[in-house]
Amino acid sequence: MIRLERVSFRYPSGLLALHDIDLTIQGGDFLAIMGENGAGKTTLAKQLNGLLKPSEGRVTVDGEDTRKVSVAHLARKVGLVFQNPDHLLFSETVKDEVAFGLKNFGFTPEVVEKQVGRTLEALGLAEYADTSPFLLSGGERKRVALASILATEPDYLILDEPTIGQDYQQKERLRNFILQLYSQGKAVVMITHDVEFVAEANPKVILLSKGGIVGQGSAESVLSRDEMVNRASLVKPQMSRLFGSLARFGLPRDVVDVHRARLLLEEKLGGVKETVTTNS
Amino acid sequence: MLVVAVLVPALLFASVWVMIILLLSQLPLLFIGRVARRWALSLRAGVFLSGLIFVVNFFTGSLFSAIALTLRFLVLLTTFSLFFMTTSPDDLGLALDRIGAVRWLSRKWLGYPNALSFTFTTAVRLVPTLAVDAQTVVDAQRSRGLELDKGNLFRRIRNYIPILIPLLLIAIRRSLELAEALESRGFPGKEGRTSLFQLKLKGPDYAVIAVSVVMIVVSVWVFLHYRVPVF
Repeated sequence: MIRLERVSFRYPSGLLALHDIDLTIQGGDFLAIMGENGAGKTTLAKQLNGLLKPSEGRVTVDGEDTRKVSVAHLARKVGLVFQNPDHLLFSETVKDEVAFGLKNFGFTPEVVEKQVGRTLEALGLAEYADTSPFLLSGGERKRVALASILATEPDYLILDEPTIGQDYQQKERLRNFILQLYSQGKAVVMITHDVEFVAEANPKVILLSKGGIVGQGSAESVLSRDEMVNRASLVKPQMSRLFGSLARFGLPRDVVDVHRARLLLEEKLGGVKETVTTNS
Repeated sequence: MLVVAVLVPALLFASVWVMIILLLSQLPLLFIGRVARRWALSLRAGVFLSGLIFVVNFFTGSLFSAIALTLRFLVLLTTFSLFFMTTSPDDLGLALDRIGAVRWLSRKWLGYPNALSFTFTTAVRLVPTLAVDAQTVVDAQRSRGLELDKGNLFRRIRNYIPILIPLLLIAIRRSLELAEALESRGFPGKEGRTSLFQLKLKGPDYAVIAVSVVMIVVSVWVFLHYRVPVF
């Protein structure tokens, strides 16, 4: 369990980036941290593996205070995937890149090879194992970065803007992958601006604004409310906008995902359902 | 110009008194330029090095030459601080652009008179961006379990490979992107480009140049005709 207790953080420049954050992350959790640019999302992510230590309050990972243990020690449990893959790729082949973390943690060559193979397979990168990561496209490099963290099987996976630069099918794969991870009991925290992705994946949403948590709850309850999305400089997902205008027909406003929208509409349309299906 | 005027006597004479005069004469300028506080900070950063200079020269020379050389270091530090803290790189680039020799060299080498000064300002500007990138790369690799200060000396140097390669590639990629961005905005443009701010030499500038020239000439003359004692 990662626990943040009244965490505040001030950069040396004097900027107060986080204030009074209380948050608990447990195995099986799936959280999305959303908020405007400069809200403190990345700063918060860096608190979780000890890259930044709180100025006030404390962060504990499975009971260990992040101030007292090294980042390398925490990195075994908390995997943080940075937004820009170019900040971490350096190896000659994709295989070596993914093996880097495992070697740092002192796994035996056999384990390293097995884990690398499994991870590349899972992320659809197996065919690039011997390619240089620098020859891959932006989206592929991003997946290599993700693979390089996933290979170490962290209990807590923190993803900074994982959907940027991914095409829709890749996003769909990522969504399934995340689902798999947290149903296996791992915790997944993603930082994102991607409202549509959040609407479909339905994590618990933590809304961050100007360094403080201004709202939290299910994707439905947060993303369908104007006062919430405006505060975090977001726009409501398409389904929510649609159901906002359909409210006068007696439909609920808090619909954000296609699945629930479909069920509700089918129920409402009832009799006409058959003609719709025959038309299509 | 004033920088040169201070550097010439500072480097020609290893005398305690000359250094003290040079140092004191710059103090008012620090306050006029409102950089006294930042100068004090850079002095603090220079404490270790000046201590080293003092110790080394104390054992290889005399007490007074050690004092003189330490003071010389402080004079150089002050002069350069004063210059770079009061002159923005943009202004410096503009000024370089006005120097005929720079334009001539630039046209000769790079085919365009503003290219050299532009290269200079761009280089200076990329430093802070690169520093931010470096921090991010370090953070990213530490998140993958890299421990920079682990192992023996050789191992520690090797630890920096995962930092340096991404940084180098980011820098190269950024320069290529910058080049493309510049070209898509019509760089280098036509001859005779004008700039929004025109730097012109005015009365005070000529006064500074005059003072500087006098200082340089006097220092060289004294250096050639007299031996200035260390103390």
